Amino acid sequence: MYSRAYKAAVTIPPLVWVVAFLLIPYTTLFCYSFWSVSASQTVVHNWNLQNYVKLVHDPIYVTVLLRSMMIAACVMTCALLLGYPLAYYLSFYATKRKDLLYQLVIIPLWASYLVRGYAWKTILGTDGVLNGLLQFLHITHRPVEFLLYSPFAVILTLTHIYTPFAFLPIYASLEHVPRNLVEASHDLGASPWATFRRVVLPLSLPGAIAGATFAFVLTFGDFLAPLLVGGNSGIMIANIVASDFGAAFQWPIGAAISLCMLLLVVTILFSTERLERRLKLS
Amino acid sequence: MSCQSQPERAPLLAAYAALVYAFLYFPIVVLIVYSFSSSVGGFPPHGWTLHWYRDLFGDSDLWASVLNSLIVAIFAVIIALGLGLPAALALDRAQFPGKALFRRLVLLPLILPGIITGLSLLMLFAGVGLRLSLVTITLGHGTALISVATTEIFAGLQKLDRSQEEASLDLGANYFRTFWRITLPSLRVSLIAAGLLIFTLSLDEIAVSFFLIGRENTLPLEIWSRLRQGMTPEINAISTLILLFSIATILIWHRLRTRSAPEEAPKEEPAAVFTSTIEGKTA
Amino acid sequence: MNTPLAQAAASARPPAQEPLLSIRVVEKRFGRRMVLRGISLNVAPGEFLTILGESGSGKTTLLRLIAGFEQLDRGEIWMGAERLDHLPAYRRQVNTVFQSYAIFPHLTVFENVAYGLRAKGAPQDEIPSRVNQALAMVKMEEFAQSSPSRLSGGQQQRVALARALVNRPRVLLLDEPLSALDANLRRQMQIELKSLQREVGITFLFVTHDQEEAMALSDRIALLREGVLEQIGSPREIYGHPVTAYAAQFIGQTNLLRAEVRDGIAQAGAIVWRSFGPPGLMMFSLRPECIRVVPPHALRLTPDVSVARFRGSIRNQTFGGAMDLLEIDCCNSQIIRARIPDPGPVNGEVEFEFEAKDATRVRETGPEN
Repeated sequence: MYSRAYKAAVTIPPLVWVVAFLLIPYTTLFCYSFWSVSASQTVVHNWNLQNYVKLVHDPIYVTVLLRSMMIAACVMTCALLLGYPLAYYLSFYATKRKDLLYQLVIIPLWASYLVRGYAWKTILGTDGVLNGLLQFLHITHRPVEFLLYSPFAVILTLTHIYTPFAFLPIYASLEHVPRNLVEASHDLGASPWATFRRVVLPLSLPGAIAGATFAFVLTFGDFLAPLLVGGNSGIMIANIVASDFGAAFQWPIGAAISLCMLLLVVTILFSTERLERRLKLS
Repeated sequence: MSCQSQPERAPLLAAYAALVYAFLYFPIVVLIVYSFSSSVGGFPPHGWTLHWYRDLFGDSDLWASVLNSLIVAIFAVIIALGLGLPAALALDRAQFPGKALFRRLVLLPLILPGIITGLSLLMLFAGVGLRLSLVTITLGHGTALISVATTEIFAGLQKLDRSQEEASLDLGANYFRTFWRITLPSLRVSLIAAGLLIFTLSLDEIAVSFFLIGRENTLPLEIWSRLRQGMTPEINAISTLILLFSIATILIWHRLRTRSAPEEAPKEEPAAVFTSTIEGKTA
Repeated sequence: MNTPLAQAAASARPPAQEPLLSIRVVEKRFGRRMVLRGISLNVAPGEFLTILGESGSGKTTLLRLIAGFEQLDRGEIWMGAERLDHLPAYRRQVNTVFQSYAIFPHLTVFENVAYGLRAKGAPQDEIPSRVNQALAMVKMEEFAQSSPSRLSGGQQQRVALARALVNRPRVLLLDEPLSALDANLRRQMQIELKSLQREVGITFLFVTHDQEEAMALSDRIALLREGVLEQIGSPREIYGHPVTAYAAQFIGQTNLLRAEVRDGIAQAGAIVWRSFGPPGLMMFSLRPECIRVVPPHALRLTPDVSVARFRGSIRNQTFGGAMDLLEIDCCNSQIIRARIPDPGPVNGEVEFEFEAKDATRVRETGPEN
């Protein structure tokens, strides 16, 4: 129905832009990971695998990578533990004010990442709100140190930021569980818990997987929260990349790490997408 | 027989839900409360004052960065919509070699850690010798946010009755006239919603901007550099203002979307589900 | 014009009259599926032609090819002396009434109807009068300034009709326009459509799957099956002289009898009748209303079997107002359906008869085999 001129007119401009500003840059990143930096701070185009070898052998990279994955896994778990029951409550029990409650979950998402990170900084610091509260209530007599500038702070902050992200697809998939199936299950004598376990949970699994994936992937690539509240022990892999591209001027190795991150993220997304599709079909 | 299949309330679950809400709002409330308190940190807050806000209004550097952010955001909206609209049309209507790759490429900046997109663009600009400035930041935002526009407009296209465009052609209007008079008006809601979303995301954007910044700061980066220097409650004040602004925008956006169609099944891939609701562009 | 020959002559249309629309061996495939397999059809000016078929028969695709929303793979479509399929949709003098009406929701009824006129650059001062005239034709003048969202389905459909007709197309295409209406409204609109067509004299090309609708409205019916033109003719002709078993079954009800024809006699089990034509195993179509109950004091049959008689027991009798539908079980385990006017309750074994000329020989498969 659409003429060839029409199709060309809508396809070519975005295609050109995407090639220029996405394909070429990502390809450049790819190439940089195989080059190195000379002593005089210039990039040498000598194609080699040195950067990757360094990544595998240098303990710093491995440590930080593992720590990043650990933090991402923790955040993913906490986001699920918080987000799923909340979504379940909203979907199945909150009939009257469901829309308002839904919007209330979304609002923190819009409070600006930086703002929320900063808020946790004020709360967790040695003379922050939490310590003040604990001392006020005479639970402690001295400021607790580990709250801030630790992996704990990073996990706490990122859980706060990414729980709404996990909530959204879970809520969407719970809303899609046909209510008549739940009614049928009750009619056949199953308790609410059994109904949940055998009817609702399996059907909402695709949404839960999507939510978990977002939380994990977004946390894994985060570099701001560690800078705000992570301190030295809370550095994540993206921070190393950032500093490689900053003062350190180690672009090639930064590129190599980026590429590894990219591969990891793409693999996770690809597998969860296939998993979701298989679950939806069965 | 009512459709409510759970006759009893679930008090434990409700309490748990309330706790989750408390967790989500606690930092926000702290921020707002402390922006009015004359104490710096600690508990409880004491002294009610507006002097942080007064300091804020006299801070010309900060307002310069606000202006920068607004300019960048407006142009980012123009770029993202200007390219997202044809991209959505192309995905909906055209077949071309590499279409699947194109689709994934467009969605990639959304899914990947923003740092990777930022770095890649940095390499591009360094390669062509483009100096870092607000222009590079705008290009970065525009590129990263095209996918938001594409997804939103694509969803709007699905709701479009294809036979209306056919009717317009049938009645003698050519493709341009049909697009201008029939297609575009029915995409109005999608375009506005996408524009609002992109605007807000651009204002808050840090990850991509981090690497593309020149001499002039956007608001988030200005706040960031101050944070490095130490904490002042002035930041509480500006944060509260940002918060209020964002909330207002998102409420408008949400109202627009639910007014045009009731909650419907997000049926595309997870990335699209992700973006078709809300997406906070962070790191 | 009652003899079959006269009707055939009329439906073939004398060559002196140029066909308005000429569809020549048109093929269309979607992916690997052949939707139209070399259809050829001529449409005469001023006629009401219905394209009838089941879903999947290709009828809507044919309409869309004529309108210009699809491109054909092979063949040609001509309007008068000009090639039509080379023109884009917006340059064809063809207008469509869509199944979903496709009214523009953001324009008033007036602007909807004026849309085509404005697009083609009609003089500004002419537009209001032409639009109002079109609206008057469909009895929607008072709704000129209304928003389409306030209109019922039937009203929207009239607006769609006015919007198409105001442009004075040479052919009006209607894609199952009545299928979304309820039964009463549908019957009413059928009558209005027919009289409208007579009034404006424009050629109507009407697509439907409803054979009763087709028979009520059309000058001619083109029956499509799986992308092939099964039969084309006036309703009376197709009903009385179906060419294939499919045509016989699709339009109206019928009994299909497989009979062995030898020496001018056709025999299907215990039923025997006179049949001229080639010998062999043949399929015959017998309409239920052609079967009669043999009156108790009937004369004996003539030996030439121009009237066939058979016995059967009633398996089922359904009251149908003026006619009852009887399901007769005759001994060759075949169920014969008969429509008998007002027989009262019929029991046991009864004798039935029909005229041999009412058993029409039909082909079993479609024209392409």
